Amino acid sequence: MTGGLLSPPSVWRLKPFIYRLEGLRCDSCGHFHPLNYFVCRKCGSKKLVRDRLPERGRLVHFTVVTQAQHGFEHAAPFIAGLVQMDDGTYLLGQMTDCDPENLTPGMVVEAVVRRLRANDDSSLIAYGIKFRPVI
Amino acid sequence: MRTYLLGGVVTKVDEHWDKTLPNLMAEAGLKSLEAAGLSTVDAVYAANVYGEVLQEQANLASVLAEELGLKGVMASRVEAGGVSGLSAIQSAVAAVNAGLAKAALVVGAEKLSDITTEEMTSLATMEERVEYVGMLGVSQLAEAALLYKEYMKRHMVKQEDVAYFTVLSHEHASTAAHAQYPFKVSLESVLKSPYVAEPLHRLETTAPADGAAALIVASEELARRLDAPKCLLTGLGFANDLVTPFDREDPLEMRSITYAGLRALEMAGRKRTDVDFAEIHDSYSIMAPLTLEALGLAERGTASILARKGYFTLSGELPVNTFGGLKGRGNPVGASGIYAVVETMLQLTKNAGKNQVDGAEVGLVQSMAGLGALAGVAVLEAVR
Repeated sequence: MTGGLLSPPSVWRLKPFIYRLEGLRCDSCGHFHPLNYFVCRKCGSKKLVRDRLPERGRLVHFTVVTQAQHGFEHAAPFIAGLVQMDDGTYLLGQMTDCDPENLTPGMVVEAVVRRLRANDDSSLIAYGIKFRPVI
Repeated sequence: MRTYLLGGVVTKVDEHWDKTLPNLMAEAGLKSLEAAGLSTVDAVYAANVYGEVLQEQANLASVLAEELGLKGVMASRVEAGGVSGLSAIQSAVAAVNAGLAKAALVVGAEKLSDITTEEMTSLATMEERVEYVGMLGVSQLAEAALLYKEYMKRHMVKQEDVAYFTVLSHEHASTAAHAQYPFKVSLESVLKSPYVAEPLHRLETTAPADGAAALIVASEELARRLDAPKCLLTGLGFANDLVTPFDREDPLEMRSITYAGLRALEMAGRKRTDVDFAEIHDSYSIMAPLTLEALGLAERGTASILARKGYFTLSGELPVNTFGGLKGRGNPVGASGIYAVVETMLQLTKNAGKNQVDGAEVGLVQSMAGLGALAGVAVLEAVR
């Protein structure tokens, strides 16, 4: 089977968000959408404009994941975080370049591009956003 | 609404190495037909989530109908994540009430024992926005852990209070023959089990298992002619919300569950206080308090405290997950809603054995896909 989330065309489609935090912002209510939408999922407006999230935000919560999902077994234990970006948007992602001991809720973090995982079939490596503490 | 349900059967949630997915479904389906006293039905609905991925089988309901020995019937599979069971019942109810069928067989099944825990974690994440959270390496399990942290912080609730829901589920499962884990666990052993995504311990989550459950939805005319124990489905409600909890105004609110519950109760002409017991979707321990609070069965931030006071035990004010719920009975995803409905039927027809709730006349069943992306609620009542 050549399809799937990690196939080259899929990764290519998702690049704007997973590499650059680009998505669509609602012109009416300001809600940010990480993927392509036709209608604002929050207010229903059809006026969506391309926008890019700020690169920095604050860590809200984090968890050390010891039971990884398939494709991330090699990465366990890893840290998953909830981050509130400087525009107010909440994002989920993995934390990188840090240990749990270095993290405290409320600290400033920034988005960086890191290796996410490899496709089992094609060995294509998918890269994307993770968060790291701002030193 | 007054729709008759009968022929409810559950098979043991277990590792059924010798059976295929259609075998599991046919076994439950045939027992259901037998229990109802029927040789055939007009329609077959299969509730199943992962058949395409795990068994590489599409067109599952036709395969099931063939194994049931049925020909010339309507057959379709219904997939709505963890709500699949209730959604399949909705399809059957709609068909019967629209006059498309006099009797419809609903079989829920999932076969998960062939896979690893890591693969199960990925499958659960398929209910989330995979192009966003899945792609970035955040599983549903991790999202549940983050919700758990927010809940403890907001309501100043202790971990052992939330984790206590596991103790409650196992207590109820300990006397349920069809449960995956028919034994009690202590709070200490829950808290000593390894973290899977802290604060979630392994014993606060469900494990992959196989299972199938089935029931029949029948027209009133047909149901009255059958001797089998019956009960009534009087309310059914569904509601969606933004898929990722942290995209919602308040990730702890679970509005989909609130709205589905209000709709189902309104349709049944019932109030929350009429509910004698509830079967809820405790896929992670934290979902039990979030769900009970969203349904209005506990005030915000109080469900865990009520649980520790014995409020939700079989003899408590509001028995919850009377056969152990997803945690104790087990979580064969597409079948879990059918299991909950059949368990409710067992209560209402006074066939629940050691798990019988005294005075069980009105039962509420709640299912959820994702972490509140979609919720379904059914209200069932005893026939008087």
